[in-house]
Amino acid sequence: MEWTDQGIVIRVRPHGESSAIIELLTPEKGRHAGLVRGGRSKRLRGVLQPGNQVRATWRARLEDHLGYFEIDAADPFPAELLDDRLAISGLNASCTLLSQVAPEREAHPKLFDAFSTLIANMDQPDIWPALMTRFEAGLLAELGFGLDLRRCAATGVEEDLIYVSPKSGRAVSEAAGEPYKDKLFLLPEYMRGGAPNLKEGDVAAAFALTGHFLERWVLWPSDKQLPEARAEMLERLEKAGRL
Amino acid sequence: MADSAAGPEIERLIALLAKLPGLGPRSARRAALQLIRKRDVLMVPLAEAMADAADKIKICSNCGNIDARDPCAICASPKREDSLICVVEQVGDLWALERASAYKGRYHVLGGALSALDGVRPEDLNIARLIKRARNGGISEVILALSMTVDGATTAHYITDRLQALGVSVTSIARGVPMGGELDYLDDGTLAAALKSRRPF
Repeated sequence: MEWTDQGIVIRVRPHGESSAIIELLTPEKGRHAGLVRGGRSKRLRGVLQPGNQVRATWRARLEDHLGYFEIDAADPFPAELLDDRLAISGLNASCTLLSQVAPEREAHPKLFDAFSTLIANMDQPDIWPALMTRFEAGLLAELGFGLDLRRCAATGVEEDLIYVSPKSGRAVSEAAGEPYKDKLFLLPEYMRGGAPNLKEGDVAAAFALTGHFLERWVLWPSDKQLPEARAEMLERLEKAGRL
Repeated sequence: MADSAAGPEIERLIALLAKLPGLGPRSARRAALQLIRKRDVLMVPLAEAMADAADKIKICSNCGNIDARDPCAICASPKREDSLICVVEQVGDLWALERASAYKGRYHVLGGALSALDGVRPEDLNIARLIKRARNGGISEVILALSMTVDGATTAHYITDRLQALGVSVTSIARGVPMGGELDYLDDGTLAAALKSRRPF
C-alpha cells in the first residue's frame, strides 16, 4: 500500500529513541497517523511541528497497518508566530480538536482547506478567531452534524435569523425566538456565510455556539470534553479583547 | 526456543544495558562482553560508580538540577549572580549551557514543556517553584532558554504571563544562524527568525 498527499502536522509523539508517530490532516485520507523513522532527528524535528504543511508518502504492507511516513517539508508554520501567544493558542486549540475528533482515513478535502486557510491567517488576529469559528462549524458539518442556518426552524423564513436552537442546531428568526431568547444561542450574521462583518460579541457568540454542539453532539457521546487548549485560547482572546 | 549461551546474570546485564539510549540488544551484548573482559578495570569501578551515584544523586529542591547535594552546586555557589535565572526544559539543556561557559547566573529546570496535545499541564512541570523563586525577590531577569517548538513557545508564553505580574523582566535567548551555519542549508523557520532578530552591526 502506498499513497502520496499533502498534509498538515497536527500531532507528534516520540517513539523509541529516534522515531516519532505523527498525525497528519490530509485532504484525501483525513486524519492519518504513521511512523516517521528518524522523526526526532535534527533534520526532521523542525519539520514535524504542529501546523507545518508537509508532503507525505505513506507505505504499509496492509491498509489497516500504522505504516511509515516519508516526510518532506512544504510550507512551514511561520516561525515568527511562535512569539505570538494568540496564534500559538489558536494552533494548539485547533490541532487538539482535530486530533480528538477528525475522522481517520476518510477523505475530507473541505476540512483540510478550512484548516489550511485558518493556519495561513494565524498572523492576522483580526481575522483568525472568526475563521476558527467557521472552521469548527465546518468540522461539525464534516462529521455529519452540520448546523442548519438557512431558514427558521419554526416559521421557515430566511430573514432575521438571529438565534440558534440549542437542541436542534437550527436557526430561529427574531420573531419566533423572542419568547425563548434566554434559552437560545445568538447567531452572528457572518456564520451564515458571506464576508464577515463582525460586530462586538459576534466571535464570542459563535464560539459558544460551536462549542456547545461540538460537546453535545461529538464529544459527549464518546465521553470526551472540549480540549483545555480551547478554553485557554478563549481566555487569551478575551484578555486581548479579540472576542 | 534455543537455550541462552550465557547464564541468567549475563542475560540480565545485557537486558538492562539494552535499555540505555543508543544501545540495542546487539550493542548491549558487545558492551556486556567488553565489561566482562575488563572486569577489574571497567566493570567493578563502573558498578561502584553507579551504586555511588544511585545512592547520592538528588534533585535540587531549589532549581530541579541533579547533583549529589541539595541545593546543587550551582544554587550553592556564591560566585553565581543571584538576580539572573535561566529557565531550561531539561537537565541536559543546563549542561549544554554550562559547557558554553557563557552564563554565570542561576538556573531553573522545568522537567519538560507544556503540551496541549499530550496533556502536559503546568502542574506537571516545575513551574510553581519558579514563580515562588521570582516572588521571593532579588530576581531582575528570567531568561527563557526553551526549545523553538510549538510546545516550547506555549511554555514560554505561560511563564511570561505568570511572571509579568511580579515585575520581573523576562527575556528569551536569540534564535538564528548557528556558528558555522551556511544560509543555504538552514531551514526556512530559522532563516525567518534570524532575519527578524537582526541587529545593528
